[in-house]
Amino acid sequence: MSKTQLVEQLKGGLDAPICLTWELTYACNLECVHCLSSSGQRDPRELTTDEAKAVLDELHDLQVFYINIGGGEPMIRRDFFELLEYSIGRGIGVKFSTNGAFIDAAKAKRLTEMDYLDIQISLDGTDAVTNDAVRGEGSYDTAITAMQHLQDAGFGEFKISVVITRHNVDQLDEFKALADEYGAQLRITRLRPSGRGADSWHDLHPTQAQQRQIYDWLVLNGRNVLTGDSFFHLNALGEEPLPGLNMCGAGRVVCLIDPIGDVYACPFVIHDEFKAGSVRDEGGFSNVWKQSDLFTELREPQSAGACASCGSYDACQGGCMAAKFFTGIPLDGPDPECVSGHGETALLAASSIQAPKPMMDHSKPSRVAVTIGRR
Amino acid sequence: MLDATLTLHPQVALRPEPFGALAYHYGNRKLIFLKHPDVVRIVESLDGTATVAETLAACDIDEARWPSFEQALTNLQTSEMLQ
Ligand code: SF4
Ligand code: SF4
Repeated sequence: MSKTQLVEQLKGGLDAPICLTWELTYACNLECVHCLSSSGQRDPRELTTDEAKAVLDELHDLQVFYINIGGGEPMIRRDFFELLEYSIGRGIGVKFSTNGAFIDAAKAKRLTEMDYLDIQISLDGTDAVTNDAVRGEGSYDTAITAMQHLQDAGFGEFKISVVITRHNVDQLDEFKALADEYGAQLRITRLRPSGRGADSWHDLHPTQAQQRQIYDWLVLNGRNVLTGDSFFHLNALGEEPLPGLNMCGAGRVVCLIDPIGDVYACPFVIHDEFKAGSVRDEGGFSNVWKQSDLFTELREPQSAGACASCGSYDACQGGCMAAKFFTGIPLDGPDPECVSGHGETALLAASSIQAPKPMMDHSKPSRVAVTIGRR
Repeated sequence: MLDATLTLHPQVALRPEPFGALAYHYGNRKLIFLKHPDVVRIVESLDGTATVAETLAACDIDEARWPSFEQALTNLQTSEMLQ
């Protein structure tokens, strides 16, 4: 079976997700302007420890090999280590994303002693000015301190995860050098207009010229850099496809469990239209994954719509569903960052309508200076 | 390859899927698609004592198809799924 055939198979869905993200809490010590889940305050309905363990039992039965844990800041949960250990004990490896605020020397040591664990530190600039403009004052130092603790503890290859914006795109080489310095692996992902990103996307997303810059950089360096398969819309720029499956995996190989147990098609579409059900429903997560109307629909062949006449459709697949949805572009329209230039027209056409607003906003009520709590 | 005696790495788990199976290596965290049910059948039959050729024969694989299976098994060996 060729890769194309495999991708066709995957579009029809898998028996269980490959890439499952589980956001443990909406609470966060930071307030990043592009937060995909509009995190800030804890939701009183968040899953209890027992409920979370029951979900892990189910994922074990489904033979989910690993999960991506995020938030909010997942380490804020008091049962964070308990859930981590439970998951790993059930044979489900964990990769978790953190801003690093709660990784001190002792925690770094504890994390280093665990197997099947990966850590991803979020960093959006190689200097404090660039990073803190997006992630908040002091967040650069926080991340670097955490990285230092992990290196001192001998954790090995953790990940540095960067959301590429207009302002840090020129730092790609520096990010790579920084990762190398800490024995870490670089991961870069695409900014989407999800969560609070809906408000900041227009100012932060890379320009057309920068899209080309990212593509060229990935062609040169892509083999040593992780991307979460997020730049496949750039494939329309060249002959050589970027590494990865290069398809939208939403509801097919990807999904999100949010802190209150709701299941969405992907972490970037927290909106009722993409909510498939809840792990609290009868039949639990398996039932949602296997039976929900939404996921069944997403696994049907999708129409190329406005992109049908574009010669690059096979390479680009019309881009990211989340990026279209939250900019008000029809789902069968071009990606707002379409590298063939159709994004601008589509955005212009969408500007007369009200684009759907991301839901489940847990931002703190006042955006006053935040003090970072340390424990 | 045909003379090798191979077996699934103890840290590898197989998950059946409509197209074949997914193989995940808990040690090096690689995920590989086994893109045909016959590949899955062979991988599951490798027991570390019989050679690859013997296993292919025991699984009733037509010799004309052996080269493609050798290729698939070589890839699995390169990513340490088989040892
Ligand atoms: S028109 Fe559609 S398929 Fe073509 S490059 Fe743009 S988004 Fe991709
Ligand atoms: S909607 Fe966008 S972010 Fe979500 S899986 Fe599809 S391409 Fe990826």
